[in-house]
Amino acid sequence: MRQPLLALLAKEPAHGYELKLALEQTFGQAYPSPNIGQIYVTLKRLEQDGLVRSQDVEQDSRPNKKVYELTEAGRGLLAAWVTEPIDGPRVRDEFFMKLVLAPLAGLADRMELINSQRRHYFGIMRNLMDMQAGMDRATPAARLLVEGAVLHLQADLDWLERCQEELV
Amino acid sequence: MRQDPEPCTALLRARGLVKEYKSGGGSVEAVRGVDLEVGAGEFVAIMGPSGSGKSTLLHVLGGLEPATRGEIWLRGKRADGLSPSAWAVLRRRHVGFVFQFFNLLSTMTVADNVELPALLAGATPKQARKRREELLAELGITAKADAPPSRLSGGEQQRVALARALANEPSLLLADEPTGNLDSANTNDVLRLLRRAHAGGQTILMVTHDAKVAGLADRVVNLFDGMIADDARVVPAQRLKGQRRETAIGNFLELSG
Repeated sequence: MRQPLLALLAKEPAHGYELKLALEQTFGQAYPSPNIGQIYVTLKRLEQDGLVRSQDVEQDSRPNKKVYELTEAGRGLLAAWVTEPIDGPRVRDEFFMKLVLAPLAGLADRMELINSQRRHYFGIMRNLMDMQAGMDRATPAARLLVEGAVLHLQADLDWLERCQEELV
Repeated sequence: MRQDPEPCTALLRARGLVKEYKSGGGSVEAVRGVDLEVGAGEFVAIMGPSGSGKSTLLHVLGGLEPATRGEIWLRGKRADGLSPSAWAVLRRRHVGFVFQFFNLLSTMTVADNVELPALLAGATPKQARKRREELLAELGITAKADAPPSRLSGGEQQRVALARALANEPSLLLADEPTGNLDSANTNDVLRLLRRAHAGGQTILMVTHDAKVAGLADRVVNLFDGMIADDARVVPAQRLKGQRRETAIGNFLELSG
């Protein structure tokens, strides 16, 4: 969560709760909204690392709030993060380990393994489709996040089918 | 037609269904002993690899091709022995079909394509027109009523095909890869319409490669080598304890658990 917070702060200084709201509004309900405690802890660590600095702002009848802004070091780290490609799909896959190895030891039947994994994926698809049906007013970012999850899941299901064709 | 000896609540039932094709000197079994029941109001998806017999199964269940062996029961009545013309009458009243390539009549307007099934089933022109207007409005294609199908996009043509299939309020809607020829936006539109039809009580049996359909269906039947490899109700996934994946899906699971 460090980099997303730095990226939001690069736009404008903000306090912890504003950052939580910005994440929620941008990415919608599909994104696991970090709790406010996680955000405060992360901001504190970013400050210890010299990537952000904070200023106490007085508020009427409420405790002071800390407003955070990016430092030069923070800006540098963010720039590096933004331009670096991220890792591609995993080559290691826990299900695949089970599928290949378990039958060798007589621990399981491949068709049963594939069926139970597929049922689970279908259940996830149900959750995603229900979520998508309620997204008429969601931001494009929020909709694309769910669409990305759907596409990943489709690829996982296609691969399961290939495993079935070749290994069963 | 014989009556079902046992009471059966399934709208559609197949028992020991086999479909053989002659090939050279021998024969190939595309469907190899399928037992299947679809209850009234159910949305069942048939999935499986290419060549697993999905489309053949659907065509046999809808009487487009005769079964080699086995029984088909539709609405409690035996249907596998029917002649092609008796099947046609049965389909007209009780079964709607949607195909991958729309199969609209190119020389007729959109409106006439949708009205034709009702007229063939004996509706008055006034009734057929009223039903057509309702359906086109519901599927958002009223403005295209007087156009020939060739002037419509693929997504619009599939919506017309869906309207035509639903024109006689069929007991059963059979769909063979209805999104197989559509881009993702049109696929989502057609799926939304199927979801709505299902919510309205429409029984649907659909062959598909599209895993999104599994998220809408009540049940998924997986076909493999002409046989059912799995037949399972789709239930929302629960978060798996002790697992965490830093992907969009993993994050989603964190949230939904």
